[in-house]
This record gives sequence, C-alpha cells and structure tokens, in this order.
Amino acid sequence: MNAIHCENVTKRYPHFDLKDVDLTLPEGSVMGFVGPNGAGKSTTLRIIMGLVHQDAGRVTVLGHDMPAGQVAAKWNIGFVSEDMRLYGHRTIGFHLDFLRRIYPGWDDGYAAELLSRFELNPDQKVKGLSHGQRVKAALLTVFARKPKLLVFDEPTTGLDPVARKVILEEMMRVMEAEDRSILFSSHNTLDVEQISDHITFINQGSIVASDDKETFLDSWRRLRLVVGDRYRLPDMSGLIEVQRSGHQIVLTLAGYSDALQEKLTASGAAINEVQRLTLEEIFIASVESSRQPPHAAAAGSAPSMEGAAA
Amino acid sequence: MSTQIILSQADSRPIYAQIMDEISRRVALGDWAPGYRLPSIRELAAELKVSVITVKRAYLELERAGVIVTRQGRGSFVSESMDVDDVRQEELERAMEQAVRLGEAMGLGHDDLAALLEQYTRNDRR
Repeated sequence: MNAIHCENVTKRYPHFDLKDVDLTLPEGSVMGFVGPNGAGKSTTLRIIMGLVHQDAGRVTVLGHDMPAGQVAAKWNIGFVSEDMRLYGHRTIGFHLDFLRRIYPGWDDGYAAELLSRFELNPDQKVKGLSHGQRVKAALLTVFARKPKLLVFDEPTTGLDPVARKVILEEMMRVMEAEDRSILFSSHNTLDVEQISDHITFINQGSIVASDDKETFLDSWRRLRLVVGDRYRLPDMSGLIEVQRSGHQIVLTLAGYSDALQEKLTASGAAINEVQRLTLEEIFIASVESSRQPPHAAAAGSAPSMEGAAA
Repeated sequence: MSTQIILSQADSRPIYAQIMDEISRRVALGDWAPGYRLPSIRELAAELKVSVITVKRAYLELERAGVIVTRQGRGSFVSESMDVDDVRQEELERAMEQAVRLGEAMGLGHDDLAALLEQYTRNDRR
C-alpha cells in the first residue's frame, strides 16, 4: 500500500507552475524531497495536505482522495512547516494538554520522554524559545500523536548539528513500525541521504528524478579517463557532464553499469578512477543539467553525445 | 540491545558496505557466534539512524555472501553452516589490500612492503 500517491498534479500560479508531479511513497518508508528554493517543494507538500487545491491531477493520502478527504485523512497525518505557529503567550505544557484532549492516539508517556530528549521545559512560554527549541516543540506535538504519516517541511533547517541529530533519531524511531511513513523536504542533502529510503528531486516545478536511494546512489558515478589525441566518446545514455582537458576526460554519469565501463575501455579510453557521488553532488549536477539544453551541458565534447538528464 | 556499530561519514565506502564490514568483523572475531540473532532491519536502522533500505541491502548482501541467513518471520541469524575461517580470511585480505593501497599511495614498492611484513611477523613471533 502507498501512504502517498500523486499523479499528474498541476497547479498554476501567476509566476510559478507545478507541472505534472508524480510521486509515490510506499507505506513504511521515508522519502526525502529535495529542491532549490522556489522549486515547488512547499506547494507540493501543501497539496498533499489538502491545504492547497491542485488544478488537475489526483492525490491520494492514506487511502483518502485529497483535498476532498482531508478531514478524515488528517487524524492520521502530522504536518509541521515553518509557518506553523504555537501560541506565543502559552507554555509548551499548555499545548500538550490541549492536543491530548483532541487526539485519541496521544501518548503522554512518549510526550514526557520527548520533552527530556529534546531538552524542553514544559513550563516555558513559546515566545521565549529559541528557533531550535520552537522547531523541536512543534515536532514534539506531532510525534506524540503517533500519526501514520508525518509530513515535515524543512524540519532541520537552521538547527545546530546536535538538534538535527536528535530529530533524525526520532524520525528513525518512528520507522521501527512497519506501517508508518515520513515525507520530509530539506536543503540538507546529508540528512536526506542518511535517513531516506526514497529520494525525489524537484526543480522549477517539475520532478527531475525520483527513485529508491540505493539505486539512485548506485547509478551515479564520476569517471576519470585518460585518452589519446583523436579520441571520441562513444554514445551513451545518462551522460550528465563531460569535462575535457588535454588527455583527460571527467565524465559524470547517471546510468553507470559494468557494461558501460567495458564500452569505454573498448573505445580506447583508460579508466583511471571510478568515484561514487554524494547526494549533494548528484543534486547539483541534476539541477544544473536540467537548467541547460543537453548540448550546452556537454560543451566541449564530441557532438554525437546525448546529454540525457536522470 | 545496542550493536555498538559506528559508521563514519568520512569513510568513502557506501553506508551499506560499512554495515556489512562491521557485521562481518563481529562474526570473524567470534563475538557474534553462528546462530546469533541479529537485530531486525528496522531496529538496526533506528539504532544507526540510517534508512531502512540501506540496512536491508546490507543484510541481503550478507545473505548472498553466506554470512547470515534470514528465516521468514523469525529474523536474521549468523549462519550455522558458515566457515568462520572463510570470513576471517576475507577480513585479512581486506586488511592486506588496504595496507598495499596505503603503501602505494606513499610510493612504497613491493620490496618495501615485503620488508615491512617481514618485520611485523617477526615482532609477532617474539
């Protein structure tokens, strides 16, 4: 079963379009949603939450069609975004008391545990909290409800490494249950690479790539070749970037395989090094290549090359 | 139960490979004996704070290598039929490979490395 399924979701704004977004989050897994500022991450999350209504396309969350089924779906979704505000003049404890009465799944023992793990004082008023404490308090109110689906918009932005670690720890603790799922957006590719089962890249309103993390990281490589004077690269798919200087060529590839390595060797290139890429490097290369026409991305290389993006 | 497995972000090996090596080492050292029950995939993912899919991949490849067996619905165990010496041999080969690579990076030739090995085995025999 899927926790989230989006099909051809489109939303038009005067200065921004979300175009044909397809996205699937299987139950029991974590999806990291990555994209530059203004790429459409928050809009997509809001459509999934039923807070923004799509112009076209289908959205199903925990078996409910959105936005029509949002009231029923929301009992089992915990959403935290930057613009979510707690009452400034009230204490953290006030919020916990309030939510305890609303949500039947509320777990008091777990809330108390989280207060101590997040180093929060329930008697402190929200207006006196630091940014990090405020984010942790907002996340706490959602974790303690134990919803089936957690949707976090930039949960770790602006937090120190220790606070980030505590939050990632709690997100992974949620994943001990097989029927709970998390979708979170982030600029921090390190956090995404660490805990996500699935990774989705969005840029300029379109999904650039979406795959399970292991397949994703495995298919990208950087190859350093040493070649002769008149060397021509063979045709290959998934070529993202070619940098040539003298007798050296550095290739960035999205479709790496052993067969490809053999093909390059057969073409007369000596492969000096095969490197894996971090998610950050993959992200930057995908965004840059999706911004340029394919041939510009492969500038300086043989004209026969196709510069397919992932 | 904590496995005390520690992963490194500065390590160039992918995370699933680091998990495989950590588990193989425990088996090679005899700390995880044949029949020992491993934490579930989701337990280990939560402990290490890494994705479920990454731990799943490490377990699958360890299964393929014959180090562990997974019994449906019961969990994963250190293989009973596995030859601990084989795992130790692999561990040794990995260490040798690393030593050679390090030596090469320092510009040491075959003879230098052989001399070093000689020196170390002599020290050990003392």
